[in-house]
Amino acid sequence: MKYVDEYRNKEIAQKILRQIKGISEKKINLMEVCGTHTVAIFRNGIRKMLPSNINLISGPGCPVCVTPISYVDEIIALSRKEDFIITTFGDMIRVPGSTSTLEKEKTDGADIRIVYSTLDALKIAQDNSSKEVVFMGVGFETTSPTIASAVLKAQKDEINNFSVLSVAKIMPPAMKALLEGKEVNIDGFICPGHVSAIIGSEPYTFIATQYKVPCVICGFEPLDILQGIYMLVKQIEDGRAEVEIQYERAVKPEGNKIALDKINEVFKMVDSDWRGIGNIPLSGLEAKDKYGKFNARKFEVEIEETREPKGCRCGEVLRGVIIPSECPLFRKACSPENPQGACMVSTEGTCAAYYKYN
Amino acid sequence: MKEDRILLSHGSGGKLSFNLIKKLFLSNFNNPYLKRLDDGAVLNIEGLKLAYTTDSYTVDPLFFKGGNIGELAVYGTVNDLAMCGATPLYLSCSFIIEEGFSLNLLEKIVSSMRAASAIAKVDIVTGDTKVVNKGAADKIFINTSGVGIVKEGVNISGSNAKVGDVVMINGPIGSHGIAVLSEREGLKFETEIKSDTAPLSSLVADMLEVSKDIHVLRDPTRGGLSTSLNEIALSSKVDIEINESDIPIQEEVRAACEILGYDPLYLANEGKLVAFIPSEIAPNMLKKMKKNKYGKESKIIGRVVKKSEGKVYLNTTIGGKRIVDMLTGEQLPRIC
Amino acid sequence: MCLAIPGKVRKIFDDRTAEIEIGGIVKNASLELIPQVSVGDYVLLHAGFAIEVIDRGKALEIFRAWEGKVD
Repeated sequence: MKYVDEYRNKEIAQKILRQIKGISEKKINLMEVCGTHTVAIFRNGIRKMLPSNINLISGPGCPVCVTPISYVDEIIALSRKEDFIITTFGDMIRVPGSTSTLEKEKTDGADIRIVYSTLDALKIAQDNSSKEVVFMGVGFETTSPTIASAVLKAQKDEINNFSVLSVAKIMPPAMKALLEGKEVNIDGFICPGHVSAIIGSEPYTFIATQYKVPCVICGFEPLDILQGIYMLVKQIEDGRAEVEIQYERAVKPEGNKIALDKINEVFKMVDSDWRGIGNIPLSGLEAKDKYGKFNARKFEVEIEETREPKGCRCGEVLRGVIIPSECPLFRKACSPENPQGACMVSTEGTCAAYYKYN
Repeated sequence: MKEDRILLSHGSGGKLSFNLIKKLFLSNFNNPYLKRLDDGAVLNIEGLKLAYTTDSYTVDPLFFKGGNIGELAVYGTVNDLAMCGATPLYLSCSFIIEEGFSLNLLEKIVSSMRAASAIAKVDIVTGDTKVVNKGAADKIFINTSGVGIVKEGVNISGSNAKVGDVVMINGPIGSHGIAVLSEREGLKFETEIKSDTAPLSSLVADMLEVSKDIHVLRDPTRGGLSTSLNEIALSSKVDIEINESDIPIQEEVRAACEILGYDPLYLANEGKLVAFIPSEIAPNMLKKMKKNKYGKESKIIGRVVKKSEGKVYLNTTIGGKRIVDMLTGEQLPRIC
Repeated sequence: MCLAIPGKVRKIFDDRTAEIEIGGIVKNASLELIPQVSVGDYVLLHAGFAIEVIDRGKALEIFRAWEGKVD
């Protein structure tokens, strides 16, 4: 695979590693705020290859994990309604709500379908015009334009039985919340490459200027990640704090304007709840009033009272305050087969990654 | 949330399946044969070593590139016998058919079972048919059981892996999983990915010719290579190390995994075996395997490194190292 | 948080979708988010949409930076 295999070259990886080891002996905490980075780091065994002074912390970068239980309960409630079809990315299907999951509702007869793209969900709506088709709109800025596109297409083609339950989120405000929280000492951010392909590098500038924390936008192959770490360590050693782009082949400083326009056309920014972090101002996306008929919150549902799993410390894991093994449930009451919190259920979740690969 | 009912993942061949077997089936049916949790039981009957196994087949779609449910039902059971080191001889076959199922399709399935049994040199000698109400089964389910003879001196079991053993596989992984999945997910391929569905008994017979000192054979079907290796590591109480760059995999299978967010180590295979053998016979074994039609792309992918509670490690392409766990829950296409 | 895979644009259709090849696999994707694409370009594919074009020149920089480097 072109643009994939070359970036898994062992000789170059070892070369970058040797350089990283040579630059600094300071204790350095780097946070990756993207679940795909977390998985790539674990799958390639990068954490253990790094010198012991460099510590990688996983942040709130898995959209499934940061989705509060109440939203999961909301989609479950919708799935129980007569003549409703729920469409979702596979990621959400096993995420526990207060008392159930979409997978369990499916076992009980709800019509829940896994889709690969919002356009597949739209197609399902077209093919089932007598039913309401709701798409579970989870994701960060990479995915939001694809949700916006589906809404715009539904508008244009008058597919009025299609709607989105938006739990879409915006990444930089969460990074700000982590810095403001001051619970973890973050010396540098490995910024999400595919989010940045959409938003560009500008939205991170405040992190470098106001908080003096270096940022490097990274790709997802091992060489990308290693080079990104190298660039961060170098910034730290030089006493610089800038936003640099390692993933230049895919990320332009200005991002993807067309995609951003689509997000801005369909969505407005709203305050949003993040699991483990709480409410973050202007960190979520909700359909504008003019697209209200495509907003699944128009349906009346009774949502059960939220019940958080007892003892689950997902929140602290998501903020990077503790590592999964510090949670009393980890590997005991909580495992991928019987997850208590979302961090264990999502493939990208920090707990699942620690469980599987560590 | 505690599980109070059966989920699909209980049947996916991963951790939930493993726990269900251990906690429910093994604790109830407890006996030394079952306890080994091998692909089949090897029974001592009046001086004869008889291998005995059973498997039920449900697959959607029934026909996929490179095979169909009928062929699977024959080869799957033949392979389970072969994994005991047995020469497969006789199969039983039982059909559970949904009312309204096409007779024409049934004929196609049965005729491919006939062809498959001829290739695998087994006879289907007994059987049963049940038809259930529409909706009570999904089209057709097939169960086959099989018996075979294990030669004297052959002692193959998942609990026999020894420190120093070489781990071998007979070709690229994951093609069955992707072939079946692609029909469901609507993936199109440049060069078609065919299921690797194949009988492995002739390959095993060839291998036993080189040496009877094969410690473990296992076909990594549901749950994939990683699950099989984990089962072996646990049963034998050893640590296994495999090398990512040595694991054969077709480019298309790898690409499909990248697109869907799957890990190829968990994809099902239907014509693959992993073998654990003493390192000194590895070169000859490899040579022999490569001469067999179903072993042309055989490779050494790792080794047993030490006694322990049973973990599997992967040396990654870029020089890192990580744990390889069992499959937990069916893999689902993901975007993040 | 977001899987995206590079693939080669093989055909572009009138409805702003394209046929994209990734390691021998062919998938259709929407080009709505990056209309300025030509056949032969590599794009990043995410959830059925091409979200960005790969810059060929920039893609090589990492190798230029490290391949010659003696450490």
